[in-house]
Amino acid sequence: MITAPESPAVIETNPFPHWFQREQAAALADYESTPAPTRRDEAWRFASLKALDLSAFVPAPEIASEGKLINASTGLGDFAARFVFGNNALVHHEAPALPEGVIVEPLDVAAYEHEALFRAYFMAQPVELGSHKYARLHKAMLTGGVLVHVPKNVEVALPIELFYWVEGENSSVFPHTLIVLGDNAKVTVIDHFKSADGARAFACGINDFHLGRGSQLTYAAVQDWSRDTLAFHLNSTLVGRDATATALLANFGGGYVRGESLSKLAHDGGRSVMLSMNLADGTREIDQHTLQDHAAKHASSDLLYQNVVDDAARTIFAGIIRVQEGESQTDAYQRVRNLLLTDDAIAVSMPGLEILNDDVRCTHGATSGGLDPDELFYMQARGISKKLAARLIVAGRFNSLVERIDNEALRDRLRAVIADRLGV
Amino acid sequence: MSLSIQNLTANIGDLPILKGITLEVPKGEVHAIMGKNGSGKSTLAKIMAGHPDYTVTGGDVLMDGRSLFEIAGPDERARAGLFLAFQYPMEIPGVTIANFIRAAIQSRLAEGEELEATDYYANLYAKMDALKIPRAFTSRSVNEGFSGGEKKRCEILQMAMLEPKYAVLDETDSGLDIDALKIVSEGVNALRSPDRGFLVITHYQRLLDYIVPDRVHVMVDGRIAMSGDKNLALELEARGYDWVTETAAEPALA
Ligand SMILES: Nc1ncnc2c1ncn2[C@@H]1O[C@H](COP(=O)(O)OP(=O)(O)OP(=O)(O)O)[C@@H](O)[C@H]1O
Ligand SMILES: [Mg+2]
Repeated sequence: MITAPESPAVIETNPFPHWFQREQAAALADYESTPAPTRRDEAWRFASLKALDLSAFVPAPEIASEGKLINASTGLGDFAARFVFGNNALVHHEAPALPEGVIVEPLDVAAYEHEALFRAYFMAQPVELGSHKYARLHKAMLTGGVLVHVPKNVEVALPIELFYWVEGENSSVFPHTLIVLGDNAKVTVIDHFKSADGARAFACGINDFHLGRGSQLTYAAVQDWSRDTLAFHLNSTLVGRDATATALLANFGGGYVRGESLSKLAHDGGRSVMLSMNLADGTREIDQHTLQDHAAKHASSDLLYQNVVDDAARTIFAGIIRVQEGESQTDAYQRVRNLLLTDDAIAVSMPGLEILNDDVRCTHGATSGGLDPDELFYMQARGISKKLAARLIVAGRFNSLVERIDNEALRDRLRAVIADRLGV
Repeated sequence: MSLSIQNLTANIGDLPILKGITLEVPKGEVHAIMGKNGSGKSTLAKIMAGHPDYTVTGGDVLMDGRSLFEIAGPDERARAGLFLAFQYPMEIPGVTIANFIRAAIQSRLAEGEELEATDYYANLYAKMDALKIPRAFTSRSVNEGFSGGEKKRCEILQMAMLEPKYAVLDETDSGLDIDALKIVSEGVNALRSPDRGFLVITHYQRLLDYIVPDRVHVMVDGRIAMSGDKNLALELEARGYDWVTETAAEPALA
């Protein structure tokens, strides 16, 4: 699939400045020299490695149904900005309610016009949870993506909504959302990852968040790629002093979906809330790896993943809480709940602790179980069929996570997405 | 037209719980069942509603002449007009009262027919107001974090919204404060009609001052040991269940 960036074909269409193109060429070389994951790698122990075969994928062509996609990119009634990408290209953008000084720009524009920001923050966090090879590929192939920068003391009242579409058989897309918040800045962002035509595709996305002192980020991602899509979503959040990040990742689509989420609490008083709702059905495999990395005092992290596994699908969760030496008075919670709807459904949970300190409060645990027969009976006794009751219970679990989001418009939007996906 | 329980016997596993229950609730009437803890009252209610844990070993329950046991699932029985207010209502995290009741009503509509949202909410709010359930409850998860009394009120709200032909209320009065008892009783009385029958399971005679029953049945060890009019509840209160056991051998009261 890979066209070396040196080749004229890529140079012509590559929108980035030359200095970055050279970095991309280096990233491609790194990608190629990095060995593919094997079963012996701890981070890939349970993954279906044959899903990682990239040979069929091709660079995404120009989008054919631009107007249709733009029309379908509706979500929030009111938004501060909306950007729509189709096959990596920006096809629509509007910013009706962005406060003075807030930057929402495609990354290629940002690389020219906000070079210092771009250089300081673009992929500044190492990818530590297993997919470094694919992060290098992402960098090498990047053409789209968005930088959101909210300067010090600015609050963006309405959410920013980003749509990343893929179209065409075996198309490859590389979504990227980079959010940089100055001190005491506040913003809400939602990413939508969608397939235009249901065709098999390759999506390799990165979301990087940098929170300045006292800033607040509320972020949601709704991943709804087509059923055969191979998807990587690599997330990192760097939480500043007294800052709070709340991120909700919804995985509703894809074939093999690899999610990696790292929250680094590098400054005192930081807080990271890591939420995820995962609907694995058919033969989908959702393989998630998380790290709550505490390197500061009085920091807290709270992770709750709700997995629903139907049919012959699989979820894998491997999460680590790491408290570095000397970092006291830490609260870290990690909880995974697996709801298994069939006998063939599989949920693998591997919670882990690396605590190098004793003045910490950590709890972690994973629970797995089926639907509660008494809950089902109660609902059936109201005239609701067993099938619908199950869907309502699943939607209910997901909606309980949505309650943790502090933005009402976003909550409403997420509830609507859940209701739509589950047909309730 | 009646809910007719005919010599019903049922087991849980190999253990017989119901040992031959016969009673008939004609449409338009309210019957009460009283009886000691563990005598089988909730079991009877759940078996009629179709709980999968019990095995019916004999007898029948006819709803307006149609055997409940020929109606496969609990949901179909409910849609056919049977309602059970649970002794212990279940919590459903993340499913709001409004969405839950809406799903239940929608399930009764023909394929392709959609519930009109404004009518639905108008109806829901009117019934909540009558039961003095704050409107804010519509967006709360079903029974989650509700007090005991709030759960019971919501059971009655669901009954009022679903308008069943026959309703079985299993200890709906337990956990209610005095005011709530009146409100809930008024709610039930408002639904009394020639087209509807009630089977009210209770431990407290006081409820029957508010919801005055046509008949009172006393259940002992999986059987109806005694039946009578509303005064039987008073007599029971005065004499206790031992009196029933002792007199049960004699011919039943009228
Ligand atoms: N799942 C079960 N497993 C074993 N025994 C059961 C089960 N369900 C009910 N029983 C038994 O059946 C008997 C009748 O129970 P039931 O709940 O019907 O009583 P009840 O009359 O409703 O009592 P209460 O007044 O306390 O509500 C009890 O002895 C109870 O322990
Ligand atoms: Mg009982």
